Amino acid sequence: MEVKILSAKFDIKDAHKIEVAKEHGAYSTLDKLFSMTSAEVIEEVKSSGLRGRGGAGFPTGVKWSFLPKDTGKPVYLAVNSDESEPATFKDRYILVKDPHMMIEGIIICSYAIGSHDTYIYIRGEYTTQFKALQAAIEEAYEAGYLGDTVAGNNFKLNVTVHRGAGAYICGEETALLESIEGKKGQPRSKPPFPAVAGLYGCPTIINNVQTIASLPFILNSGADAYKAYGTEKSSGTHLFGISGHVEKPGMYELPLGLPLLEVIEKVAGGVLNGRKLKGIIPGGSSTPVLLPDEAKTVTLDYESMAAHKTMFGSGGIVVLDETVDIVELVKNLIDFYHHESCGQCTPCREGLGWMLKIVKKILSGKGKMDDVDLLRELCDNIEMKTVCVLSAACTMPVRSYLDKFRHEFEAYVTTEDFSAAEAKEE
Amino acid sequence: MSDRSQLISTGKPFQYDKERDAEFERLVKRYPTRESMILPSLWLIQEQEGWVSQEAIAYAADRIGTFASKVYEAATFYTMYHLHPMGENHICICRTLSCWLRGKQEIVDYLETKIGIKPGQISEDGKFSLEEVECLGHCGTAPVVQVNGEFHEDMDVDKLKSLLATLL
Repeated sequence: MEVKILSAKFDIKDAHKIEVAKEHGAYSTLDKLFSMTSAEVIEEVKSSGLRGRGGAGFPTGVKWSFLPKDTGKPVYLAVNSDESEPATFKDRYILVKDPHMMIEGIIICSYAIGSHDTYIYIRGEYTTQFKALQAAIEEAYEAGYLGDTVAGNNFKLNVTVHRGAGAYICGEETALLESIEGKKGQPRSKPPFPAVAGLYGCPTIINNVQTIASLPFILNSGADAYKAYGTEKSSGTHLFGISGHVEKPGMYELPLGLPLLEVIEKVAGGVLNGRKLKGIIPGGSSTPVLLPDEAKTVTLDYESMAAHKTMFGSGGIVVLDETVDIVELVKNLIDFYHHESCGQCTPCREGLGWMLKIVKKILSGKGKMDDVDLLRELCDNIEMKTVCVLSAACTMPVRSYLDKFRHEFEAYVTTEDFSAAEAKEE
Repeated sequence: MSDRSQLISTGKPFQYDKERDAEFERLVKRYPTRESMILPSLWLIQEQEGWVSQEAIAYAADRIGTFASKVYEAATFYTMYHLHPMGENHICICRTLSCWLRGKQEIVDYLETKIGIKPGQISEDGKFSLEEVECLGHCGTAPVVQVNGEFHEDMDVDKLKSLLATLL
């Protein structure tokens, strides 16, 4: 089931070094690139059907074409390497194993959108990954692929790595821009969207690492070759991260559209220790959970996930076996999002704190049935009432656990006699 | 969460060493505004000293040409900047979803007993500090700990024992 498009060089020794990468085709698309017009490049990417691999799945070529023309301002490219959504661990393979594929992608994107300055925003925790990326960029400068004349062409490009410092919210596009500008990472109200007024108030494209790294293949082999993988609306391949209770957790490159359960069984070796499957988180911790029965008809593409009322997200699949205490899991999730709230909007800053208190109360055995309902009500009251979607990233999955595993919450409140008695009195 | 609003004074002026000075000058040319140097400046301070003092914040503000309050704002918002000295070996344990599912608590419990401190604390001899952190992006090789920036994946008590032996 596995394919090797983005991961083609991952198993090659020292492929992170420019001379080895070049032996295996790195930077070979540049002659073709500079013989094309930027409009032709955008058209090729549009026709490949490539969608943003950071989680939102927005068509990449379409995003690029939102840039206003001839504003007289510089255009910036920001590469989102914040990779902070729990269960997401794919981009760092690119940063460490094949950084030149991403740098080549940056050149392709920059040429297409007419940008001469790229900032790669990498999460602060990625220490060794930062060093690997920095070393690759220095190699690319020395080899003339970055700098005043990219590969000998009349095209200037500087690439700068900007380190975050431990804030999940900086994966949100506009918080990321604020952070590059030296501010605390609090998302901006939209519109204006970054394509119109982004970094330093200038037109800006923000693309995920994997999105950018997909460009060399698309340009080299053509949109049709890319579309040969995946489904009609979800084309190409994706680096899936499978974690949790499976025999062989890890990162696997797969074409989109494969059946979810088959992938867990055949690629990830099935549920750990032969235990029973309890649920699957399909695309990072913020995506609604799927029950085993629901998962039977799910395929790994944007459309199937949406049809099953969940999301493809970042492709970070988490398998939950029968031993998982769902209420404990929900506490772990809320704890995360509450900790990572930037504090800008009251419903998120305060509301996620309330949710955490309620779930802790339920776990302590002092909760009442009303508390379970209150938790559900809070989800509705917080969601979509904030500047960004961090709060929804918490309430959407929590609501799914409340709806699909309500009995587990109820078990905590009904096992205690006093709470049942209190509930009766009311 | 620990208090991230108090700065500690060393009583001594701060300045970059030669290497950090050069890195500051290299980076500042890459940004159209000097305030973009706030996060990089704080990283350079932490690399040099291990933590960020009141004097270092004043120095960075002066060097960038901005208000100390803006540097302070970033230093207190971003949780990876240490506002006090940490242990010689700073151990971060991922506490989020996949590491939690794969037994991070065993790792925390073992470290607590072995070192005798809880997450958020520094050992009396200054040799260790522990911190439970949010997702470290190594979910496929959970549970994961990070010691002085280095990742150690697929951790269990046995591996932890040998790792600690190299640090003691």
